[in-house]
Amino acid sequence: MGIIDLQENDKLIKEMTAKRPLAAVPFAGRYRLIDFSLSSMVNSGMDTVGILLPTKSRSILDHLRSGKDWDLARKHDGLFYLPPAEAENGLRNGDIQSFYRHLDFIENSSQKYVLISGSRIVYNMNFENVLRFHQNTGADITMVYNMESTENTSGGTVIKTAENGLVQDIAVQAVTYEDAKVAMGIYLMDKNVFTHIVESCFSHGGTNFLIDGLMHVDDSYSIYGFKHDGYVARINSTASYYKASMEILNPEIWQEIFMNVDRVYTKVKDEAPAQYKKNAKATNSLIANGCVVEGTVENSILFRGVKVGKGVHVKNSIVMQKCDLQEDALIENVICDKNVVITHGKWLKGASNYPLIVEKGIVI
Amino acid sequence: MWCCKQKSMKTIPGGVFMRKTECLAMILAGGQGSRLGALTKKIAKPAVPFGGKYRIIDFPLSNCSNSGIDKVGVLTQYRPLELHSYLGTGGAWDLDRNGGGVFILPPYAQEKGADWYKGTADAIYQNINFIEITNPEYVLILSGDHIYTMDYSWMIESHKMNKGEATIGVIEVPWEEAPRFGIMSTDKKGRITEFAEKPSKPKSNLASMGIYVFNWKFLKRYLEEDAKDSVSNHDFGKNIIPKMLAADAKLFSYAFDGYWKDVGTIDSLWEANMDLLKENPSLNLHDPLWKVYSVNPSLPPHYVASTAKVTSSIISEGAMICGEVENSVIFHGVKIGKGAKIINSVIMPFTNIGENAYIEKAVVAQNCEIGSGTKIMSEDNSVIVVPEGEIVLAENSNKQVG
Repeated sequence: MGIIDLQENDKLIKEMTAKRPLAAVPFAGRYRLIDFSLSSMVNSGMDTVGILLPTKSRSILDHLRSGKDWDLARKHDGLFYLPPAEAENGLRNGDIQSFYRHLDFIENSSQKYVLISGSRIVYNMNFENVLRFHQNTGADITMVYNMESTENTSGGTVIKTAENGLVQDIAVQAVTYEDAKVAMGIYLMDKNVFTHIVESCFSHGGTNFLIDGLMHVDDSYSIYGFKHDGYVARINSTASYYKASMEILNPEIWQEIFMNVDRVYTKVKDEAPAQYKKNAKATNSLIANGCVVEGTVENSILFRGVKVGKGVHVKNSIVMQKCDLQEDALIENVICDKNVVITHGKWLKGASNYPLIVEKGIVI
Repeated sequence: MWCCKQKSMKTIPGGVFMRKTECLAMILAGGQGSRLGALTKKIAKPAVPFGGKYRIIDFPLSNCSNSGIDKVGVLTQYRPLELHSYLGTGGAWDLDRNGGGVFILPPYAQEKGADWYKGTADAIYQNINFIEITNPEYVLILSGDHIYTMDYSWMIESHKMNKGEATIGVIEVPWEEAPRFGIMSTDKKGRITEFAEKPSKPKSNLASMGIYVFNWKFLKRYLEEDAKDSVSNHDFGKNIIPKMLAADAKLFSYAFDGYWKDVGTIDSLWEANMDLLKENPSLNLHDPLWKVYSVNPSLPPHYVASTAKVTSSIISEGAMICGEVENSVIFHGVKIGKGAKIINSVIMPFTNIGENAYIEKAVVAQNCEIGSGTKIMSEDNSVIVVPEGEIVLAENSNKQVG
């Protein structure tokens, strides 16, 4: 069974998470961040998935609904919502408390293994390989990591492993450097191991599964690291969101993530195919169905149902669902959240290392 | 405006409760579509892709769903495999309903032997049992090969207002095209006085759209009579409607003034696709209140490369465009290589077009491989067709395929 923990830190990506959890942030023209972990789970043959809901959960519930678009609306198993635990006397926060409250759900399930994942990371991975690794190494806990190719200032969990994959050190660092083995927040273990860690962590006053749980497990548990070689993008700040979005414009990455045999699923909107008019001009862009393009689009991502009017110029920008860019408007290095209207002739520019964000529903 | 009011409950064999239905829709989807030639070698006409992401049958199914009709029988016969698997449980059209939804009705064997559907009327006649179980007040007969968006609930409303026994959807066509259609003459109140199938000298330009609303009891009587008639073609247009008119039954017309097109031939299928590319297309697929549904292929937004040039075209999800596309319809999952040029063409799902290929005024069916440098265009300005799964290489190109 899979559990997706949506109680994630979203402080560095404030503008887009004011009214939605990080998991519901739109990405790549059509998806929300949660779609990547959820689709990977489904494609790996996992048919029970629990969603540990954050407090701002409406957009997630509206997105997932019965789970039908992920083939998770099933008679047995399927999609389960695990609401956040209310803090008794408000002393604790963190995910351990919520896991602890829902232990009965995990104990009562018929599955042997638990796979925990967050939703902030974009990838398309088949967890069957992780399970095979887990069984071959005889690990109690397997955590998935990837090698970072660049320095990342928004931090991460860096691990050190022996040659056979045995994890020797886990550290949360503020900056991760090139060639670091950075954990992806994906943990696979036997469900008894999981229950034991959560129980002992909760009774010792812990709050966070990684810090108080995994980093403090006694030596009787062996932790192994599984290296994922595919594309990985961590979304934990506005800058990393923008960078990852621009990376998706690389046809090789687009191909790897989306045109894989294992598809990425999302809520179906039944939009008509994108329509290009006579004077349309589009280069190096991702354009979703339901868009009508009459202007110029360059190095940009247009979500479903975006209108690009005559004479409009969109450059290095991300334009979310149902935005309306009216005649002769110009946007460059801008992220427009859903339903934004840029009226006739307005120009908006951000910087390439710091895009301008227009909040949901604003009319400019 | 809801045309499926719940009236009374009835138990059918098997113990399932089925509500009394006001209107049941029956879609005739068994046609071979032989005039679509190479496109329907492997699939039935209603399953032929259209408009970048749809199949023809999405239009009547979405119309039913949007008109509030939640029981739809789909009569299949020719090459039904792909059509059946496409329909599934009807979920894509919101028609996977308790005690309703989509019913797939292929021909079946009875005690006396098995029969194919011998005509449109015979297909309905052979499913009288199904209709009786559904127990509708009205039956809406639709065809699976027309492209249009229409609210049937208004037509049913008009049928009720007129207290008619049958109502036929009609559309004004240009006078010079009238001889190609079934032409209706009506009085001032819309009552049909005369019907002529493909008249050489038409008396009116109101063409039948092949959409009929019948009072079920009234239609049943005619179907039973027609089944006994050994010289009949068992066809609505040729036999049933003329017999009703001869008996002076109350037949009314219902005029529709939106976009409607019969896509029974290669030319008309190509034209209907091209109609979507006009600056202001008369068929609005972007209407949020009247979406045309289809089965979702789970593909990402399409990618246009820096070498691409796209004008006056529609492009669907999962396509990768590296070449030039002008006035064309590109379906999902299509790849167009660098330097390739596509003009006035329809490229169906998951076809790969190699670098520097040139395609003009063509319909390329699904899963084709068009090699680099291939040139596909006809010499006489007709629409050229590349059938499903074909591999075309540069050395044998420019031949008439299919």
